[in-house]
Amino acid sequence: MSTTVQDRVTTKTSNTAADARKSEPDAHGVILSEKPADRIETTTCYMCACRCGIKVYLKDGKVRYIEGNRDHPVNKGVLCGKGSAGIMQHYSPARLKAPLLRVGPRGSGEFKEISWEEALQTATSWLAKVRADDPRKLAFFTGRDQSQSLTGWWAIKYGTPNYAAHGGFCSVNMAAAGLYTFGGSFWEFGEPDWDHTKYFMLFGVAEDHSSNPIKIGLGKLKARGAKIVSINPVRTGYNAVADEWVGIRPGTDGAFVGALIHELLRTQRIDIDYLVRYTNAPWLVIEAPGAADHGLFVRDEKGNALAFDKRSNALTPAEGPDVVPQLSGLVKLPDGRTAIPVFQKIAERYLTDAYSPETAEKQCGVPAAAIRRYADELAKVAFEQTITLDVPWTDIHGRRHEKMVGRPVAMHAMRGISAHSNGFQTCRLIHILQILLGSIDCPGGFRYKPPYPKEIAPRVKPTGKPGQVKAGEPLPGPHLGFPMAPGDLLIDDAGTPQRIDKAYSWDAPLAAHGLMHMVITNAALGDPYPIDTLFMYMANMSWNSSMNIRDTLKYLTDKNPETGEYKIPRIIYSDAYYSEMVPYADLILPDTTYLERWDCISMLDRPISEPDAACDAIRHPIVEPDRDVRGFQSVLLDLGARLKLPGLVKEDGSPQFPGGYADYLVNHERAPGIGPLAGWRGNGDTFGKGAPNSDQLNRYIANGGFHAHHIPPSQRYFKHANKEYLDWAASVGFRAADAKMTFQLYCEPLQAFRLAAEGHGPVRPPENHRERIAKYFDPLPFWYEPFEGTMVDTGKFPMHAITQRPMHMYHSWGSQNAWLRQITGHNRLYLSRARGKELGIADDDWVWISSHLGRVRCQVRLMDGVNDQTAWTWNAIGKRKGAWGLSEDAPEATRGFLLNHLISELLPAKGGGYRYSNSDPITGQAAWYDLRVNIEKAAPEAVEHSEPRFEPFDDPIGRGHPDSISYGAEFKRARR
Amino acid sequence: MTCLPTHTERKLGLVIDLDTCVGCHGCATSCKEWNTGGYSAPLSDTDPYGADPDGAWLNRIHGYEVGDGTESRTVHFPRSCLHCETPDCVTVCPTGASFKRAEDGIVLVDPDLCIGCKLCSWACPYGAREYDPSHGVMKKCTLCVDRIYNEHLAPEDRTPACVRACPTGARHFGDLGDPNSKVSQLVAERGGFDLLGAFGYKPVNKYLPPRSRRDARTVGADTDTAPQKQKIAAPTTAIENLFSWVDRALSR
Repeated sequence: MSTTVQDRVTTKTSNTAADARKSEPDAHGVILSEKPADRIETTTCYMCACRCGIKVYLKDGKVRYIEGNRDHPVNKGVLCGKGSAGIMQHYSPARLKAPLLRVGPRGSGEFKEISWEEALQTATSWLAKVRADDPRKLAFFTGRDQSQSLTGWWAIKYGTPNYAAHGGFCSVNMAAAGLYTFGGSFWEFGEPDWDHTKYFMLFGVAEDHSSNPIKIGLGKLKARGAKIVSINPVRTGYNAVADEWVGIRPGTDGAFVGALIHELLRTQRIDIDYLVRYTNAPWLVIEAPGAADHGLFVRDEKGNALAFDKRSNALTPAEGPDVVPQLSGLVKLPDGRTAIPVFQKIAERYLTDAYSPETAEKQCGVPAAAIRRYADELAKVAFEQTITLDVPWTDIHGRRHEKMVGRPVAMHAMRGISAHSNGFQTCRLIHILQILLGSIDCPGGFRYKPPYPKEIAPRVKPTGKPGQVKAGEPLPGPHLGFPMAPGDLLIDDAGTPQRIDKAYSWDAPLAAHGLMHMVITNAALGDPYPIDTLFMYMANMSWNSSMNIRDTLKYLTDKNPETGEYKIPRIIYSDAYYSEMVPYADLILPDTTYLERWDCISMLDRPISEPDAACDAIRHPIVEPDRDVRGFQSVLLDLGARLKLPGLVKEDGSPQFPGGYADYLVNHERAPGIGPLAGWRGNGDTFGKGAPNSDQLNRYIANGGFHAHHIPPSQRYFKHANKEYLDWAASVGFRAADAKMTFQLYCEPLQAFRLAAEGHGPVRPPENHRERIAKYFDPLPFWYEPFEGTMVDTGKFPMHAITQRPMHMYHSWGSQNAWLRQITGHNRLYLSRARGKELGIADDDWVWISSHLGRVRCQVRLMDGVNDQTAWTWNAIGKRKGAWGLSEDAPEATRGFLLNHLISELLPAKGGGYRYSNSDPITGQAAWYDLRVNIEKAAPEAVEHSEPRFEPFDDPIGRGHPDSISYGAEFKRARR
Repeated sequence: MTCLPTHTERKLGLVIDLDTCVGCHGCATSCKEWNTGGYSAPLSDTDPYGADPDGAWLNRIHGYEVGDGTESRTVHFPRSCLHCETPDCVTVCPTGASFKRAEDGIVLVDPDLCIGCKLCSWACPYGAREYDPSHGVMKKCTLCVDRIYNEHLAPEDRTPACVRACPTGARHFGDLGDPNSKVSQLVAERGGFDLLGAFGYKPVNKYLPPRSRRDARTVGADTDTAPQKQKIAAPTTAIENLFSWVDRALSR
């Protein structure tokens, strides 16, 4: 690729005749119509994971202004507090300037600058040796990566099974629960039908992903008068504008939702036609306790699940078009076995007293009467205020429907659900509630964004079983997938995990995003094996992205007493900024800022689609770096070529993508005709599948950095059962043509694991795992108390403690931003006034907050809008001295704090001494919201400060930061 | 002392919806970003990476809890110059640096005339003026006077940066002197109010109050109507009732 900043399409601002009148200063020096930019470039924001379209105004070679792109599908012109502070991120003094090689001990921050050639040669020599000996000894984890389809592919070609991004401590509970239930997911992969919904329930949403879409949506709901109910222990942000705030106890949302399900079933207000049409409610489940097929579906010889058809009075494939299924009652099978429909199992589960509102009240603290009222409100809106769109559509069986009828209740959920050890099953409970109301992908409900829905569950299986990892060879498949039975796990005959993070082992069988949070601990402890090189990108794993920071730092610096070598011998790290992770690496590959780079928001990983359009996007360099830095993705391709990885070199051994990431974006094909970007393929007129188009990036740039393929009205709803949509989705490679799309209320794969725990099948868990697998792999979701609360003395640690992200900050990035840190420069521990009174704690008091792991000293702010049993704070504000280009007396370091010091990455030992990770037992999602604490007033100090404190880094970047900045003065000087 | 115009042709201002604002600070940083390179350039920051970072902002967001018990709620309150009709901040100005435009009512500070005496900030009851120590002059909201008439911008973008950015659509811009304008109608419909109207400065900007919530207090307390109508059945009966309803529902 030869595209440069100069020859790409730019938007020039125009001169008009009126300029003369308004472009001169008036008596007060006011220029009403000054040309605001020499050029305006459109690209994609990276101030958080939301990926909004932005227009960057450039003047005199500097960034003058950044605004939202009105044409962009994600933000439609608006921009949040982070995006609008992009200038200060782009010019942050914490930016790394050149490759660095460690010269002092790890953690000291003593580096020397080296050339890129030396850096790349060093990395290549380390990585080549590992690949030749044992590729497992490279652990490659990529944090808040937005290029996972590239980084994952690279790791496949390298041959290590140890690859994942940060989903294991972010969203995997929700991703997995959704994909195993309805082929979609909350988070950024679907959204409420903001234009039609009349009743919106928001669970535990932190203000990060889909930040602007949710804000735009809430604005729409407000304008239309739709009711908003928020379920969240803390009443800030979105929860502050809700009609009702349900200040629930953390980790008990499943109990609340279970009681809503109970009430809807009890009052017979569920969408029974929807259940018959789209779900496995009629499927028959074998009732043979103790047998190897107990709890599995009754299937015919072709594998079709069967229902009992009342019309023909016979067993029939359940997914046929004209089945009138029996939904209750025992069915005697021809071979003498008995079976009952899924619907009966649901009724028997949720109509018991275990799910009554009275029981839930005791668990979650929401009054039973209020729960009944919410259920009543949901049902009234769903069934008495239906929405009808006069849009004909054709269902999966080819039947034409004249209208689209919707249940206008929508739900959305995020970290408050996912970051608990019961998150997978809790999220499944929410999906069951949505489905019983008939509100998935109907008008007014929760809508898929293409390429979703995917097959339920996606057919791809994880790779990395014994025999699949070979020295010097690529992995034969993708790292991450969706096990359907124990045979899909990555374990050996003894049940030993094959991945360094123990993903897809009995510890975390459905670990669809890996467990990045366990890599450093496991690698240093050699459990399940030691590694040679840890290679990470954009993940602050020595600080706010790890649980148990003190031990994490120990693991990063511990040496093997026999060899004197670090237990993790080599660490390569790429970041754009001097984060706390930088001093703990041996080799630093400095990345660019988001305005200096090529990037791809791909349909192959995390696209920016809207329900009505399949969309992807790029970033392109609009300012040249003024430092010796390179975009990480181009560096990765360079390393791959130097390592001669297949697919990364041509037959003659020269690099396959000599033009770096931009070259790859255009010319790489994952499958014939399918590449990173779906728009303008072939001759420029093809979407999805088509030959590489050398003009593709110019077309993206000319279109504002994105491509949108609009879905016709007849395909916009009921996508899981909409023939036209599904046929099109198959034609562009979003799904297999024969993908199974029936919603799985009853999740048979979980039962397969449970049967293994009961001693059936060839792959069975070792004895010490059996009880846990049998209990939690329930094919119907259930609520249970999060683990930490059941394993520590809750008399000693009576309070819950959680974090959330301020709307104007993204992880640790915000504190280097001169503007954003003025908004939040340190954090407080928030407690309810009532709790403060009980504990004798007043506003501004300093307290010790302690957990079973350790203690933190911090300052309190009392408030009303927080659950009485909960303390909370803003996450990732606390900084270590010497990081992020801040002075050592920055309030982030002197008064800021992290709860991470209190959260253990391992659960306390149980019988047998084995310590599971502090994670969901099904997916391995880090359970950092399970934290239990005690709070007590601290003795005053002469100079108040937060604790724990660590040695400051020797950061050459942070020295000599300016006393003041007057950004923009240069534009005024140029004007006068 | 500086005189006010006897009449302004228009009364341009903002209408801010406290019911919809989620406190994201998008308006604050977009304001800072535009204006640090605009008419008021620069909006300086002192000790930007140190112990006590501070800077000039023309728009700041405050979060408050108001009310007690079940009446308690959280409100996000954006604060900037209200472009009052009779502002003391202008009349106290000894140099004529502060002035109110006769064309549109926008209150501005001419940085070339400002001597940084701070009288205006003492006169303003809203704390809307910001002293920029780096340059020794007062800065304030300009209502983006260099955007709203700017013919280099597309017509739909000729709004203040804060309005342009606001993700929830909680900020509106227009002529509050025209009773038929969209903003005036919005104020009429939603009961828009003057901030600290009793001071008598006649602020042009208006705030829309939080709407009344539809919660336990307003939709009727949680009186458990369902069980009153129909005694809650024992679980086994509830299951039978459900199945018999399902049978009827499916065969209809």
